[in-house]
Amino acid sequence: MARVVLIGNLAQLTGGVAEFQLRATSVKQLFQQLAELHPALGPHLEEGVAVAIDGQIYQDSLFEPIGADSEVFVLPQIAGGG
Amino acid sequence: MTETNGHANGQSNGHPQGFVGTRQIRPDGVDKVTGRARFGADFNLPGQLIGRVLRSPHAHARIVSIDTSKAEALPGVKAVITREDFADQPSEFIPAGEMMMNYKDVVRNVMAREKALYEGHAVAAVAATSTAIARRALKLIDVKYEVLPHVIDVVEAMRPDAPLLHDDLFTVGVEPKPEKPSNIAKRVEIKVGDVEAGFKKADLIVEREFKTAPVHQGYIEPHAALATVSEDGSTELWTTTQGHFIVRAHCARLLGLDMGKVRVTATEIGGGFGGKTVVYLEPLAIALSRKAKRPVKMVMSREEVFKASGPTSGATVRVKLGATRDGKFVAAFAELKYQAGAFQGSPVQPGTMCAYAPYDIEHVHVIGYDVVSNRPKVAAYRAPGAPISEYAVESVVDEIAKKLGLDPIELRMMNAAHEGTKAAYGPKFGPIGLEETLNSIKKTEHWNTPLRKWQGRGVASGFWFNIGGETSVSLTVNEDGTISLMAGTPDIGGLRAALTSVVADELGVPYEKVRPIIGDTGSLGFNFLTGGSRSAFSGSMAIVEAAKQIKNELIARACKLWEAKPDQVEFKDGAVRPLGALAEKVKPMTIAEFAKISGKLGGPIGGVGRINAQGAGPSFGTHLVDLEVDPETGRTTILRYTVAQDAGRALHPAYVEGQFQGGAVQGIGWALNEEYIYGEDGKLQNAGFLDYRMPVASDVPMIDAILVEVGNPKHPYGVRGVGETPIVPPLGAIANAMESATGIRFTELPMSPPKVLKALKEQGRNKA
Repeated sequence: MARVVLIGNLAQLTGGVAEFQLRATSVKQLFQQLAELHPALGPHLEEGVAVAIDGQIYQDSLFEPIGADSEVFVLPQIAGGG
Repeated sequence: MTETNGHANGQSNGHPQGFVGTRQIRPDGVDKVTGRARFGADFNLPGQLIGRVLRSPHAHARIVSIDTSKAEALPGVKAVITREDFADQPSEFIPAGEMMMNYKDVVRNVMAREKALYEGHAVAAVAATSTAIARRALKLIDVKYEVLPHVIDVVEAMRPDAPLLHDDLFTVGVEPKPEKPSNIAKRVEIKVGDVEAGFKKADLIVEREFKTAPVHQGYIEPHAALATVSEDGSTELWTTTQGHFIVRAHCARLLGLDMGKVRVTATEIGGGFGGKTVVYLEPLAIALSRKAKRPVKMVMSREEVFKASGPTSGATVRVKLGATRDGKFVAAFAELKYQAGAFQGSPVQPGTMCAYAPYDIEHVHVIGYDVVSNRPKVAAYRAPGAPISEYAVESVVDEIAKKLGLDPIELRMMNAAHEGTKAAYGPKFGPIGLEETLNSIKKTEHWNTPLRKWQGRGVASGFWFNIGGETSVSLTVNEDGTISLMAGTPDIGGLRAALTSVVADELGVPYEKVRPIIGDTGSLGFNFLTGGSRSAFSGSMAIVEAAKQIKNELIARACKLWEAKPDQVEFKDGAVRPLGALAEKVKPMTIAEFAKISGKLGGPIGGVGRINAQGAGPSFGTHLVDLEVDPETGRTTILRYTVAQDAGRALHPAYVEGQFQGGAVQGIGWALNEEYIYGEDGKLQNAGFLDYRMPVASDVPMIDAILVEVGNPKHPYGVRGVGETPIVPPLGAIANAMESATGIRFTELPMSPPKVLKALKEQGRNKA
């Protein structure tokens, strides 16, 4: 199962739980499973977060695959100035 | 100077080595040096009106009433707009530069509704047949204000008794949820490990508080927009922006327009640096044109740019860093308080994530506060939020080096993040080049040159994430075999030159045979803006996709023409080439030869790349600076400056170096001179380049650039974004050099001559 860690304020919406073991094979499934476990997370995941899968950051990419032993971090969305 | 690490991409991934990595002349260069290139204010339409904005003279005031009747009656005035012309928006967050912005706030920022929240806040706008009439009309608009107490400073704004900007702003991110509104919009937090336990392992702990002033991006070209709305609602807009698709989305939303009826063209842009990722004049010009039924042109004055467009945050930052006696960092804490301006949305979140990113530290805790005050709403500025927090951290790192008697580069090297390091914000880094930049700096002649009295040397490192994002490009093979490249991200720092090199290499055609343009919103699929160091990274990935379509199409046509199978041909060096026995029957066919008879072979040839680019690789940099302080005046002169940064692979080395140099110069201004100065009345006192002191050419030496290339394995050419990181290290590097020169640790930016002189006097050191 993938190890999933919430970074930043998201853990405030899960009663302080910041780490999960989930059987998600894509970012889409990851969001679904997190929202089912903690419905308050749902709108924030939809609004925009970044997901780091095994060190690589992805944004707005629901179909990105997650491996069975992946380490996944859910981060605040990252943009930039130019 | 370029240093390529062994795992740089590009030489081993099958891509030809041609124009990528060389210093080609920029395709847009001639027009820019001859004055032919058209920037925002250069566009005009027949019958156009001139738009002007009435701005609040107060830092904080309730708008009791607005009477526009006298202005509307003035001959030559064709339209007047106020808050009544913009429907209120529900609370909905959208990406805006580096941060999220709420449409409820956007509509209030472009045109004040209940209150004017900063001096310069737009209150009304007019369109008239001449500038003189428009100005006269503004004077005839009668606005009745109820002046309210204001607050400018971030710490003062956080006090419970501070004047309240928004009575519906309740701090997000704290438990229990507050019962009273405040100016603190949000509390954010990054936490890994156990900092309390970590600090117990420290032999040395340094804790300091720092202050930075808000600074403006300082783009030379002011905001400008020209809009025309036809009777059926079709809208055309020309504007200077970093993202015309974003402008289209914002204007459509704010004015209730169908996006498909709004066509936005990005003009040439005279600098943006993050400040042109939001809308100011654009919705006003469209609203005025819609009302007047004539084109409306609006251009900000420099004073308006300073007072009404977004600078970046000023901040108060407390840093606490613990190290063992041999220099290993064991725990780190920071508390960041960032000004957001009049509406929430400072870059404090990336500030928290970047603060300790250059280092491998097991226990990290960073807290950030997003705080509103009576200043213009902040906008993005290169690596938003990072220069502030990393300045404070790099200052403390330097102090630890001195207290432990360690070389500052060696101390950074000992703690540097590398491949496999768990970043302070969570995930592990892939291949990164921080150690390579430190090594490059250490090897320079600059590092080993002796200094004289009152001269100092400083070093600092910096980090930015970089991003990809939605990107569309098109490639068209013209009838003569030349290639038209259309990109949808405005070219700010040499994008066209970089992308043209990629097209030339992908299709095996001469660089000169590729003509790049920036397409309007009606010509391409959606493009996120030029920002986040993404346009060359993402655009080149999209080009690879588009070029692949062209090559596949040409191969398919060749197979039909030659009655061959795909494995009997290949595309190489700009031509489809027969292989094996087929080569004895037919000759290779170039792109130009296909183009000449394209009608006979199925029609026009082209490709489109539409991607959501992922795989952005972080970029680290290290800066080295020498400076000299004049003890009698407090003036600081930058003597020498070297930048080393990991570019992954430089598509166009000259423009990558330009990004390094530009970031360093902007950082010099931030560190030494630039600041927004407010009077007791809450009014900005230095809204012009004479009083807001940015570095000019005579203030800075040639910035030496060292290109480090540790390839990004997620990009077909190994590219990393390069535009953000160069502005991160200068603040810390210069502060460290100031300490080296004077023995004084300056904890407040800018380190302007009056402050330096005062500090020297306090220590009795103001004599040469």
